Amino acid sequence: MQLIKNGEFIEDSFVAVGDEDTLPDGPVIVSLERWQAEREALSARNTPLGVRLKSGQEPSIIADDLDKFSVVALEFPAYRNGRAYSYARLLRERYGYKGELRAVGNVLRDQFQFMIRCGFDALEVSDKITPEIWAECSNFFSHYYQPAADGKPTVLSLRQRLAARAQSGGAA
Amino acid sequence: MYRYDEFDHQLVNERVAQFANQVARRLSGELTEDEFKPLRLMNGVYLQLHAYMLRIAIPYGTLSSRQLRMLAHIGRTYDRGYGHFTTRQNLQFNWPALKDVPDILRDLASVEMHCIQTSGNCIRNVTSDQYAGAAKNEIEDPRIISEIIRQWSTFHPEFSFLPRKFKIAVSGTPDDRAAIRVHDIGIQIVQDAAGKVGYEIYVGGGLGRTPMIAKKIADFVPKEDLLAYLEAIMRVYNMYGRRDNMYKSRIKILVHEIGAEEMKRQVDAEFAEIRKAGTLHLPQEEVDRIQVYFRPPAFETLPDESTELNKAVLGDTGFANWVKSNIAAHRVPGYAIVNISLKPIGGTPGDCTSDQMDAIADIAEKFSFDEIRVTHEQNLTLAHVRKQDLYAVYETLKAHDLATPNINLITDQIACPGLDYCSLANARSIPIAQRISERFSDIARQHDIGEMKINTSGCINACGHHHVGHIGILGVDKKGVEYYQVTIGGAADEKTAVGDIVGPAFTEEEIIDAVEKIVNIYLDKRETGERFIDTYRRIGLAPFKENLYATH
Repeated sequence: MQLIKNGEFIEDSFVAVGDEDTLPDGPVIVSLERWQAEREALSARNTPLGVRLKSGQEPSIIADDLDKFSVVALEFPAYRNGRAYSYARLLRERYGYKGELRAVGNVLRDQFQFMIRCGFDALEVSDKITPEIWAECSNFFSHYYQPAADGKPTVLSLRQRLAARAQSGGAA
Repeated sequence: MYRYDEFDHQLVNERVAQFANQVARRLSGELTEDEFKPLRLMNGVYLQLHAYMLRIAIPYGTLSSRQLRMLAHIGRTYDRGYGHFTTRQNLQFNWPALKDVPDILRDLASVEMHCIQTSGNCIRNVTSDQYAGAAKNEIEDPRIISEIIRQWSTFHPEFSFLPRKFKIAVSGTPDDRAAIRVHDIGIQIVQDAAGKVGYEIYVGGGLGRTPMIAKKIADFVPKEDLLAYLEAIMRVYNMYGRRDNMYKSRIKILVHEIGAEEMKRQVDAEFAEIRKAGTLHLPQEEVDRIQVYFRPPAFETLPDESTELNKAVLGDTGFANWVKSNIAAHRVPGYAIVNISLKPIGGTPGDCTSDQMDAIADIAEKFSFDEIRVTHEQNLTLAHVRKQDLYAVYETLKAHDLATPNINLITDQIACPGLDYCSLANARSIPIAQRISERFSDIARQHDIGEMKINTSGCINACGHHHVGHIGILGVDKKGVEYYQVTIGGAADEKTAVGDIVGPAFTEEEIIDAVEKIVNIYLDKRETGERFIDTYRRIGLAPFKENLYATH
């Protein structure tokens, strides 16, 4: 597995731990169940913590705990299961989560751009993905019609800008 | 008609480049068919029984002459000289080679067309009323909001991997020609007491294995909030729609399982949050910008009666029959709506040759402000023709075998491709429709029977809309033999209903006689002025059942 964060291919400093595993030192990502069962012990550790939500575990469950997490990992059990796109937007746009939002599971190249738009800044991808593929697939489209979590200007706002410019005498 | 600006052009061109790259990866063997499948399905490329099929989006069913000519060109160059108009107001080519698809997409892009979102579990091409801008009682041209929805839904990052496909239809008149109640979302344009235009929202309609009629969950969504409201519905569906079983994944199942009231509550709660965020507020300037494209054409001031028309009707019975069935009233005096039937006797419903497309494009250019509409009943419409030109239009159509006078009559049937093309089908549909058409070919008899919609599907996925046919025919497979199950009483208009099953299925030999018997029972029982569907609603299933299965 390869982690891409903000477009950089980086070493993952977090260890994903199973519910029965002994916690290693250093940053870990735990399941929602483990977080709920051991929240005090996990909060007391003086190291960055991540939580992983399965499809069906809504972000509202952790909305009040978000300041505890450096990473929220959302699972795509299959690329066809697009629930986590909604979860990602809710985390960013409604619950104001600013930490790392990581896409894990069946994360394919043809979905990169959708994921980025919904607010993911980190993607766990197969080792087959090269920086060239990333460059191509994370950037197919120059403009977007609809607002999303990336805060990019929409086509509508670009049109309004053009119209305003035209009205003010066409100065570029 | 809407015209692309630089942003629309750029997006479609970038999409062509992206898909061309994916096709190249498939052709070089870098991608297996399995790996390629999700990619081609994002672009309307299906693998059918014999070949790839390409589905082209015709947003809300509106085409310019230039676009129709390009479709004719594509049919001629890359296919077998014809295309097939579908119940989704789209066009399908049944025989393109995969290697040619990127070239086809480039040709389409040159006339502002594409295949985006014609397949896959995303928000599909928005459909609407073929009489938009011409219907007498229209509140607002439904294409304006349809275009706004088209743009909002294009490559929507959150809603490109929904539990299942998602279809939105818009009607601008109280009488519904867009079948909005059998769509995932149906939008009915309404006006409040103060004259302000807004939207009634229906959710959870659909056909397929589990036919459901949509439930109304909003009486009046203001225009500026429509996209926020739609996004709320989509988010609730994306989060809570079932993903464990593809036959239970449509929004209709969610609405059915939690109930319309709970659906409304969840959507309202989500809507309140999205609205508060404000980013989806639809500014009036954008509505105005798009509205300009759908301004009424330069209609002449004409007397409503045309002496030329009256004279021609008296002098030509063929023309008189055509006027009687294929012409609808226009809101502007002296104009008429012309329906072009793609249901010639014994033909394949919805098929149109490239030569016919060219001919229709010429007629539209000359007589109907350069515009053609595709109907969900697989016909074409010229929305604005001067009454005095009707005879000339008819003559030209007739010369191209396009003047079949049967709109809304018994031979104007909907049929899915069926086992002749489709890998999902259990039985053939097209040959059944063709034989019904031949059995009832007599035009006087068709007019005597009056309005009648026979819809045929080759499997329970219901692409032929059999549930909502006045007579519905469903092909089933019983131990390798094709059988046909019959329903009566379905409708897809403002009184949408799912038809009732009459009884045991019929064999291929029996089915046409069974249809004829049903028709004869109606003719026997009808009261003055009653259409088939009216009689059925009055007398119910019993008389049909008794006669159909009576032992001789």
